[in-house]
Amino acid sequence: MLRSLFGGTDTEKEPAKKPGFFERMKQAVTRTRENLSERIEEAVSFNKEIDRNTLEDLEATLIGADLGTTTTQEVLGKLREKADRKQIKDVEELKRLLKAELLAILNRANVPPVPAPEGMPEVILVVGVNGTGKTTSIGKLTQFLRSQGKSVTLCAADTFRAAAIEQLEIWGQRTGTEVIRTKAGGDPAAVLFDALQAATARHSDYVIVDTAGRLHNKAGLMAELEKMRRTAQRIVPGAPHETLLVVDATTGQNGLQQARQFTDSAGVTGIVLSKLDGTAKGGVVIAISRELGLPVRYVGVGEKADDLLRFVPEDFVDSLFD
Amino acid sequence: MFENLSEKLQRAFKTLRGQAVLTEENIGEALRELRLALLEADVNFKVVKELIDHIQAKAVGQQVATSLSPGEQVIKIVRDELVATLGTDTARVKFASQPPTVILMAGLQGSGKTTTSGKLANWLKNGGHRPLLVSVDVYRPAAREQLKVVAHAIKANIYEGSNVEANTATVERLAKEAKREAMISGSDVLIVDTAGRLHIDDQLMDEMQSLKKILNPSEILFVADAMTGQDAVRSADEFHKKLSLTGVVLTKMDGDARGGAALSIRQVTGQPIKFIGVGEKYDALEPFHPDRIVSRILGMGDILSLIERAEQNVDKKKAQEMASRALSGDGFSLEDFRDQLQQVKKMGSIKNIMGMLPSIGPFAGMQKHADKVDEKQIGRIEAIISSMTAHERHHHEVINGSRRKRIARGSGTSVQEVNNLLRQYAQMRKMFKDMGKASFGRKLAGMKFPGM
Repeated sequence: MLRSLFGGTDTEKEPAKKPGFFERMKQAVTRTRENLSERIEEAVSFNKEIDRNTLEDLEATLIGADLGTTTTQEVLGKLREKADRKQIKDVEELKRLLKAELLAILNRANVPPVPAPEGMPEVILVVGVNGTGKTTSIGKLTQFLRSQGKSVTLCAADTFRAAAIEQLEIWGQRTGTEVIRTKAGGDPAAVLFDALQAATARHSDYVIVDTAGRLHNKAGLMAELEKMRRTAQRIVPGAPHETLLVVDATTGQNGLQQARQFTDSAGVTGIVLSKLDGTAKGGVVIAISRELGLPVRYVGVGEKADDLLRFVPEDFVDSLFD
Repeated sequence: MFENLSEKLQRAFKTLRGQAVLTEENIGEALRELRLALLEADVNFKVVKELIDHIQAKAVGQQVATSLSPGEQVIKIVRDELVATLGTDTARVKFASQPPTVILMAGLQGSGKTTTSGKLANWLKNGGHRPLLVSVDVYRPAAREQLKVVAHAIKANIYEGSNVEANTATVERLAKEAKREAMISGSDVLIVDTAGRLHIDDQLMDEMQSLKKILNPSEILFVADAMTGQDAVRSADEFHKKLSLTGVVLTKMDGDARGGAALSIRQVTGQPIKFIGVGEKYDALEPFHPDRIVSRILGMGDILSLIERAEQNVDKKKAQEMASRALSGDGFSLEDFRDQLQQVKKMGSIKNIMGMLPSIGPFAGMQKHADKVDEKQIGRIEAIISSMTAHERHHHEVINGSRRKRIARGSGTSVQEVNNLLRQYAQMRKMFKDMGKASFGRKLAGMKFPGM
């Protein structure tokens, strides 16, 4: 279901592999939806207008999806005004307007990345806090680009976490991609330097840089990212052309703080929303888009190589209400 | 810039001064602010609703205590309620009567199971145990390699085994072999690191149940990321239903997440949070303190109880007199110094006071030093000052070498300690004097801070 939602390619294969999973998820969310719709229907048929309980139910839906109180209140505030002025006639219209508000936030942020200069590799720096799925997302992104016939060089700049380099190398083998590495504990900027030189010499289309997970409130580690950016610029003009922040869909309101800090230090240009195959909705990305104008580029929906999908705002907004 | 809940509540109550009883109406605004604060801290909205209902029921009808403002009183009720929700269980690992004790680690992907396994092994090792580590994560690339590196770093034993195929059979075989290895090698604890899995992945949850059957663990710890949002209730609930968890480890608490997931998880599982992870080093595992995280969730540190204590114990009039004298110039005598120390002592141990500071913001890291504080030091300083004559206390400059010797003998300390005290006192005096000068404030205000 998620696959078709996000315009995946192999919709047929999925249900066979994990029987029951999508079915069960659908059942669970249908229950919530029925409750919600029933209550809305009720409110409308009694009053012929949207009553406050309806808006409260919608609030629960948005808060429950991790949109946060500020974004939720702002969006519902606009709806409430319209409802008070009786511009909203029925529930369908209310829902449609709510979705439109959310879509407007996501679309406003939808700016494409700056392309690399002719003949130079496009450098993608991948950052995020610990355990969001940076390395896995890179593996999948590599597969995605390879399937489009692009050449990729991987850069193992997470020299800190135990076995992070080995993990990326396995993804390199799986996708038939060269991994430029150094020893554990080495300087991440130095290995980035090597990777960019190698990629330029080999005319790679892309360089994807894996970095160590870091908490955004550690100033020293954030400064390291700034240094990496400066290194990248020295070799490839305008690099990194894209800086992707990997946000775990289970993350709550701290995601906003992550986005703020990483944008400050690492110049984030886009979001990868990982682990969307669970029950978490990942609504914090709407709060992020609203405040920082950052677009969501990809969503991760599993651990296999092809479990990365392009982000489709309409489908994402629909999934919040499923 | 950032208004914390405590300030918001105070504001909500400004109009209420003089009212004697908390009513549904006069606490309504405060509860709305509380609701928002809890939601912003990622407490699940259903849990928030329950908590607010509880708090309202408790608060309404209460007499406002004379010593507290209505706002403070509500905060106190809120805090007590949240602490009660989190429970008072301390971090204690349950050991099996027949070794090896098996600890099974469970959780979603990326919550920090492998790092926590290492930290736990390190903690047990320091406690005199002989832990054996094993990773049965045959799925994520290099996951087993990662635990090997961790084990090597902390010099803990690890059962490596062979890894042929990435399937449940391999997982079960590794678990059995590791348990046997623990018995043969005389390890008293076996820590089993598992693959991260989604609570709705039936196949992998079945595997977890099978591991439980094979290993008969004394502890099944749910490792959860402190940054988790609303979905925490769902994943924790599913894991608990399928595995009967015995405890929770909350990781990445060294970040700046409020950690509301702690309340959600505790509420749905009823299991104690045993440890928190506070850093990437292997000794960065701490026992859990409910009161501290409550203050963090509410965004106000434990400053509140610090203030409460200070108000209870410090003689305000005396303190004000002393402050105005000290700032005016030379008025800060050794006698005032001793008075101050006594006031501080009345508030409780320094260790406790430092522990009450917020763990985020300007006080970050200070709690760590609390353990290094030598409580006896204050007693020695008091003894030294008490061994001086009244004249010496008011005119420290007369204290020469022979007087120092006498004071040291009288207080049962050494001349060196007396010297130290006099040096510290001179520094403080100078600081107060500077602070009292009008220009000092201007100097501060005129200073350029980087980035401003």
